[in-house]
Amino acid sequence: MSEFPMTAVEGPGPVGVVVNGLDREVPAGLTAAGLLDHLGLHPGMVVVELNREIVRRDDLGSVRVEPGDRIELVHFVGGG
Amino acid sequence: MTEVPTSAPRRAAPSAGGDPALEIAGRAFESRLIVGTGKYRTNAEMVDAIRASGAEMVTVAVRRVDLDRSQEEGILHHLDPGEFFLLPNTAGCYSAADAVRYARLGRAAGLNDWVKLEVIGDEATLLPDTSATLEAARTLVDEGFKVLAYTNDDLVMAMRLEDAGCAAVMPLASPIGSGLGVVNPFYIREIKRRLSVPVIVDAGVGTASDACVTMEQGVDGILMNTAIAAADDPIGMATAMRLAVRAGRAAYLAGRMPSREIAVPSSPVSGMLGQ
Repeated sequence: MSEFPMTAVEGPGPVGVVVNGLDREVPAGLTAAGLLDHLGLHPGMVVVELNREIVRRDDLGSVRVEPGDRIELVHFVGGG
Repeated sequence: MTEVPTSAPRRAAPSAGGDPALEIAGRAFESRLIVGTGKYRTNAEMVDAIRASGAEMVTVAVRRVDLDRSQEEGILHHLDPGEFFLLPNTAGCYSAADAVRYARLGRAAGLNDWVKLEVIGDEATLLPDTSATLEAARTLVDEGFKVLAYTNDDLVMAMRLEDAGCAAVMPLASPIGSGLGVVNPFYIREIKRRLSVPVIVDAGVGTASDACVTMEQGVDGILMNTAIAAADDPIGMATAMRLAVRAGRAAYLAGRMPSREIAVPSSPVSGMLGQ
């Protein structure tokens, strides 16, 4: 990612990650916040777990998504 | 004549101020009813039912976001955390490690460090894995969580969970979603009698009379979901549950008469005509 610091949007092509158990291609160089934006999710409503580590809300804009990362995006649903 | 103890013995008279609020981990709740948010037909119905129940604390589950949007959006789009105190659960977890993971995600998603800890041990009955629950409780208490632990109606495990630092212990009335009511009132009473932390009966209540009988055992509160959500009219049932919890609590505080397997006349036996 650091090789392409200015091309986060255009990117050098998509990279493969696993999001919520499914293979998915996302633009290279995304931050966690960028990934949520790419997927149309509101960062205030979703928790990002990156390779089993929870990403704190304050860190969403700085933590980057790397090829092969396993990402869980969770939120609250109805339950007892 | 045999006296059959069918409910808790009278406790000390309540203070002049009436029944104090339910207090868990230093936080006071006027309502002794905690409700779940699952299984409702619509989100609007869920919110209306919760309001009708009078509950201040509501449970929520942590699940993957549906990236294809085939399901409803997250519950925070419908439930205002300013109106209700959200209690994330670890429902669906079958190991201590999974429950700890879900608890951490719930804390990150929410606004507090409370968790309804639930570790299931058997798929058919959904009965808890109490040893895994205890293991997870110790970890979560160490991490600063306020742990409200769902458990069996087992006195010794309830005491272990209290010793582990749980903020409340929540024995089941009967299996989750069964609606069988309190199958073992004696064990529930004994747990309440022996623990210092609040005892909340969680799971198994089916209808208002079950809630009333549960509260008559002297417990501090009830947590329920299906009994309200699966009623024909959830809002009507939520109202009934609100009243039943209050009635059961009031009856407990009032101290019931002893039950006897013999009739005792209510009117004077003397002064009858012709005597």
